Amino acid sequence: MDCVLAPDNILHDTLLFRVIYEWVGQLLPCGLSYAVAGIAIMLLLVNGVLLGAGGFSWLERRLIGRFQNRVGPNRWGPFGALQPMADLFKLLFKEDLVPRGADRIVFTIVPVAMMAPVVLMMAVVPFAKDTALANLNVGVLYVLAVTSITSIAIFMAGWASDNRYALFGASRGVAVLISYEVPVVMSLLGVVLVAGSMALDDIVSAQTVPFLLVQPMAFFVFLAGTSAELNRTPFDLAEAESEIIAGYHIEYSGVKFALIQATEFGAVLTSSAVMVTLFLSGWSGPFSDYLGWAWFLLKIGVLAFIFSWVRATFPRLRIDQLLAFAWKFLLPLSIINLFATALEVYFLRNDAGMLTTNDLWLMAGINFGVAFACLLTFGTLIQDKVRPAKSLTAASLSSPEVG
Amino acid sequence: MYGIAMAKGLLVTLKNLTKKPFTVQYPEERLKQHPRFRGEEFVWYEERCTGCASCAKYCPLGIIKIVTTPSETAPAQGDKYKLELFDISIERCMFCGLCVEACPYDALFMGSGFEQGQYSRKGMVIDIDQLRNADKRPSAFFRPQLEDAGYDPQGGRPLDWQEVGRESWQWHEREKAGMKIARPVPSDLLADGPRVDSSFVEDSVPEPKATDGPAPAGDAE
Repeated sequence: MDCVLAPDNILHDTLLFRVIYEWVGQLLPCGLSYAVAGIAIMLLLVNGVLLGAGGFSWLERRLIGRFQNRVGPNRWGPFGALQPMADLFKLLFKEDLVPRGADRIVFTIVPVAMMAPVVLMMAVVPFAKDTALANLNVGVLYVLAVTSITSIAIFMAGWASDNRYALFGASRGVAVLISYEVPVVMSLLGVVLVAGSMALDDIVSAQTVPFLLVQPMAFFVFLAGTSAELNRTPFDLAEAESEIIAGYHIEYSGVKFALIQATEFGAVLTSSAVMVTLFLSGWSGPFSDYLGWAWFLLKIGVLAFIFSWVRATFPRLRIDQLLAFAWKFLLPLSIINLFATALEVYFLRNDAGMLTTNDLWLMAGINFGVAFACLLTFGTLIQDKVRPAKSLTAASLSSPEVG
Repeated sequence: MYGIAMAKGLLVTLKNLTKKPFTVQYPEERLKQHPRFRGEEFVWYEERCTGCASCAKYCPLGIIKIVTTPSETAPAQGDKYKLELFDISIERCMFCGLCVEACPYDALFMGSGFEQGQYSRKGMVIDIDQLRNADKRPSAFFRPQLEDAGYDPQGGRPLDWQEVGRESWQWHEREKAGMKIARPVPSDLLADGPRVDSSFVEDSVPEPKATDGPAPAGDAE
């Protein structure tokens, strides 16, 4: 039984899948080996994301420790690197509690529903040359659609927990997600315009100049929007410890809590992976035919460092500041970026509809100017005006104004 | 502008990243503590104690319990009650040191340790046997003779009862007639390291003194 993957199959470009499929296909019927290869790849992806989440949780705790002049976890393993394992085992042996009034089924589904989009997101991200699981031609759309599942999972958690804090956290989380989805989508449109494609593979190959330089404003908007969607400080209103304790995952314990935490750390990594693909020219770099994965991991590490850095620095925003930041600052920036990019692409593209490297450098120059001007303008416009307090007089005290 | 302060904040944390963390890995490393540190392990010299129970009377919390038998006198000391009971319930102690200040015979000292954690409250009562067997490294708290000798309980050797008294005080000679000890503190009491400065010890980075350099010409009169 020699099974050969047809070239029109969506998984044809995935080298690892094809190798496993054809190797297993010598022994098993084709349909079965298709499933076997799929499960093998899936196992790799899921475990990769979970391992990465564990590693990142250690890295972030060490980093934030150093940012605060502490050491961070350093007791178990070299430099405390086995700390995630200790955390995991501790959580595995804890009792798995479900509140009495909780909706049991929904409550149990939530950790999986939260984990799924994080893993699914990795399906279209190319790790190296020909190493994406599926080279979808609507990759960007897929990423945006899949990340939106998180908001449902958050709301499920808040609703099913039968806890007011959880419900507060969930409604805050959904408000944040809905607000920040808009500027994030708008900023990605600029990238899609320049690349001329929605497939992530094509976007990587279009980046002869990294889109970080061509689309600086889009990168800024995407970075801020993503860290809001990931519920990370300074946008961690949905799980603000000092206000609503843990927000939507307040009632979760044991393995479910471990999964939710792994999701939060894994989501940072997968979002960084998407950002690397869209803005930092993905796996390409010197010797990228062989070392593409190394470049990819290195760039993810840089972005993860930036996430930790931001988390270690900023205090939490109020909900009105948070939404104002989205609607009054990020949204205008992304719209301006979209218009500027559209104009540049319209005037600069050649007859085949393509942009050359020189065009990209020119766009980078223009866009940096636009970004600087916009940041200056909107940064000045959005800042809080301090109004002098009304002085109390005897008249105002005796006859309070109505309205 | 809106974002400038944020960029400044990012730079501040980045600067912290390059600094050495000031965490002390406690069981392995320890901070150098002051000789006058008031620790948990009270040091009690039975030979010096007359059972006057000044410590018990001065204790603001009343946690020291002393029972003596007036009928017997201790052979080594001449006039002195024999102690039957000397309990300090350390769980309520606030380490004010008034008991040590009250002791007229320099028999009770604050200790230098702080690691006497117990699993039950009952274990937090230091009884007379524990006091007898405790490590004899007295803190220099309210004992200027120890501090003047440069004694540091952290690095020094355990002290004998004859070495810890205020022998220069004349009233002491009279009160403790029969003791007849007139020896200075031996030189090997000194700790190995340099003597701890009386200033705050936690901040271990030595700051260059302003007076080290040549004095400015304007100051010379």
